[in-house]
Amino acid sequence: MKRVRTLAGALASVPITLFGLVLITFVIGRVVPIDPVVAIVGDHAPPEVIARVRAELGLDRPLPVQFLIYVKNLLHGDLGRSVMTSHRVTTDIAQYFPATIELATAAIILALLVGIPAGVLAASRQGSRLDHIVRVLSIGGQSVPVFVLGMIFLLIFYVKLGIAPGTGQQNVLYEGMVPHITGMHVIDAALTGQWDAFWDGLAHLALPALVLAYFSLGYITRMTRAYMIDALKGEYIITARAKGLSGARILWRHAFGNISVGLITVIALAYANLLSGAVLTETVFSWPGLGLYLTVSLLNADMNAVLGATLVVGLVYIGLNLIADLAYRLFDPRVR
Amino acid sequence: MSAHVEMRDLRVAFPSPRGPVEVVHGVSFTLGAEKLGIVGESGSGKSVTARAILKLLPRAATISATRLTFDGIDVLGASERQMRAIRGKRAGLILQDPKYALNPVMTAGAQIAEAWRVHHRGSARQARAAAIDLLAQVRIRDPGRVAALYPHELSGGMGQRVMIAMMLAPDPELLIADEPTSALDATVQAEILRLIEDLVARRGMGLILISHDLPLVSHFCDRVMVMYAGRVMEELRAANLSAAQHPYTRGLLDCLPSLIHPKDRLSVLKRDPAWEG
Amino acid sequence: MSDLSTPLSGNAAGLRAWLLSETPDSRRQAAWGRSYRGWLNFRRNPLGMAGLIIVLALLVLSLAAPLLTWQSPDVQHLAQRLAPPSAAHWLGTDELGRDLYTRLLFGGRITLGMVVAVVVLVAPLGLVVGAVSGYLGGMTDRIMMRVTDIFLSIPQLILALAFVAALKPGISSAVIAIALTSWPPIARLARADALTVRANDYIAAVKLAGASPARIIFRHILPLCLPSVIVRITLDMSGIILTAAGLGFLGMGAQPPMPEWGTMIASTRGYILEQWWVPTIPGLAILIASLAFNLLGDGLRDVLDPKQS
Repeated sequence: MKRVRTLAGALASVPITLFGLVLITFVIGRVVPIDPVVAIVGDHAPPEVIARVRAELGLDRPLPVQFLIYVKNLLHGDLGRSVMTSHRVTTDIAQYFPATIELATAAIILALLVGIPAGVLAASRQGSRLDHIVRVLSIGGQSVPVFVLGMIFLLIFYVKLGIAPGTGQQNVLYEGMVPHITGMHVIDAALTGQWDAFWDGLAHLALPALVLAYFSLGYITRMTRAYMIDALKGEYIITARAKGLSGARILWRHAFGNISVGLITVIALAYANLLSGAVLTETVFSWPGLGLYLTVSLLNADMNAVLGATLVVGLVYIGLNLIADLAYRLFDPRVR
Repeated sequence: MSAHVEMRDLRVAFPSPRGPVEVVHGVSFTLGAEKLGIVGESGSGKSVTARAILKLLPRAATISATRLTFDGIDVLGASERQMRAIRGKRAGLILQDPKYALNPVMTAGAQIAEAWRVHHRGSARQARAAAIDLLAQVRIRDPGRVAALYPHELSGGMGQRVMIAMMLAPDPELLIADEPTSALDATVQAEILRLIEDLVARRGMGLILISHDLPLVSHFCDRVMVMYAGRVMEELRAANLSAAQHPYTRGLLDCLPSLIHPKDRLSVLKRDPAWEG
Repeated sequence: MSDLSTPLSGNAAGLRAWLLSETPDSRRQAAWGRSYRGWLNFRRNPLGMAGLIIVLALLVLSLAAPLLTWQSPDVQHLAQRLAPPSAAHWLGTDELGRDLYTRLLFGGRITLGMVVAVVVLVAPLGLVVGAVSGYLGGMTDRIMMRVTDIFLSIPQLILALAFVAALKPGISSAVIAIALTSWPPIARLARADALTVRANDYIAAVKLAGASPARIIFRHILPLCLPSVIVRITLDMSGIILTAAGLGFLGMGAQPPMPEWGTMIASTRGYILEQWWVPTIPGLAILIASLAFNLLGDGLRDVLDPKQS
């Protein structure tokens, strides 16, 4: 019963945040200097056509009514049509988003595998040379512009050393051979047993994933280190030492055990921020994900597509925060 | 029985921006299978002295002594691995406040079972059974239920019992209790002290009881060591407390209200800078 | 230090003693003493000092840009396009034969100018919203924190991109967009501090003395929220630089031919294979600037806000 109540508490704030998100995208959509009607029918359409389309879109109504129409359309899963691709924006997003998830997930796995042990070890040897190296590297990760890092990686590993494939998600050889099942190329290739395409996809994934991973590595390492330093100051660490436990057990079971739930929030935030980083990385690596879709739409002033993509990223962001919040309430005995 | 602990001229210093600061200036004592009380104000170095026996000080601390042995083992020269064989297994440490001294995300039972398992060979099930048995030994009424509770769900007195059970798990020869009752309610304090006294007597353990409460310590211990500003002022048998010579000890005793010789105004301790010198 | 009108200010040792006095005679002396002790602490942090020196160097280089070069950032010499570094062009030239070194210097003005503009907009807003919200609590707090939640529910770069797209690409839109997306974390931080400060007894004392909420917030709460906000903003400056450069790179920030670093990379990234230094050099400039602010912020955190590090 108590648990149900804490979960309800976490969920209660979601509708308000969602409403705010929708309001923001709506407001952005209305302040655009480009007339959405002209964007659809073109500059040279006769005035009566413009007036008709305007009425069809509900743009002649007062703003609050327009907002209600906007919300109603959203609830029906209608984000409008993209002027650029002339598909429904939802169709486009379903097409491009999985590639971004694939990239961001690969990156977060790499970042966690390196960042958490690095942060834990740095904290356990605070002030040592290792700690300083970890500190400088993680500050570096937070300082380097991803698009510059991406370019330099391409230059070194693709152009100079030739050990990585170039841009894109796959070699042209495999174009169209892997069906769209989950939309994540590597997984689809594995599911259909096309191992050549699978390895090729993995190779294409490596560089952009590394670049993105370094982007969140700094944040994850830093937070892990800070949390661990705090945890290691706890009296219960002295208790654990007094019990005669080994250093590794004290570090991982007792200190890390205390911060692992808090780290879920950090990881959720890091993952959400990867979606930001993905916009730039995808542009550099021509990765056919939501970020690339967003930038191309931006350059074409395709507002339906821009706002649709923004809304979807916002939804994912809210969803991740909610998961972190729920995990915190479920797994931390102090909250439970 | 040989002396458990022998300490000669212990000095402990901590680094500070203005160079190392010595907080313990040459403390010496020996301890057999007996109950020693260390009394002093906060900052007198009593906790640091006791923790030095198990080398449980922060890494930044520098410890030196002409002799510091636990049952003949040179503590200062011992490796971390050798120390782990002493900590818990041969000497337990009870800290002041169970609210902070217990791991907040492990159940009471898991923490006791862990202490048992480090020093005994046995399965997880045996460790769990041992934990419940230990909880019963520290007179917890429903040990099976309490074992499944997290520290924040325990009262202060229960938490301290869990702490004691955890430190008894490996059957140590010496128990160091660092202000074990200061964080507890007055009514619970006496129960916990009686429990410690009883367990120490039954298991034939040595005890170091650290406290700021001189009458309490003298009541429970065989011997009392009075510390002030990192030095031992006086060491005497608890029974002879009224015959204390040192002006600091006398001063502490005089500050206490008495029902037999009531005074209008309690005397205030006058500190002599020479005690620090 | 002209306002140190003490008789001791003439000699350095006396000044030091005055600053480090354990028993300051005036509130001013105590405040100066505290800053001086903070500075002594900060000076011991080599990484923080490195950050401070680079930040100062960047400021000087950008402000003095016209004095440090004899070329113009906009003049094109198509005959000398994509020249490697040489005596005439220290860092070479770009795709239109413009001197890269000169463009880099002038680009620093744009980047630092954007940083300053964002901070000027964001710091007071975040600080006031946070302090008011934390001190007043209740409904005000709940509404304000909901609003920050909403802004925090979209990644900064993406929200900034959407804003810029709506406003029309350019430096001022980029500044507004970055500002709109960076005040909420600062407000949250100031609120957290205000909540702890509010619980202190001396606030209760001030309240009993009859001080108005506005006076309590501005005289007693805000100053105590300042240290962590300063640290946060310094660390944020690096984020602002990266976002500004990212917007430029995507064509949504400063527009060519402005010598903004991100824009410079965008217009020359095609040359990465043959003349790799042309897009790489502005990339390094962004890295150095953002690194410097991160190091500075990290060092400041150790001094001003030990609990955060």
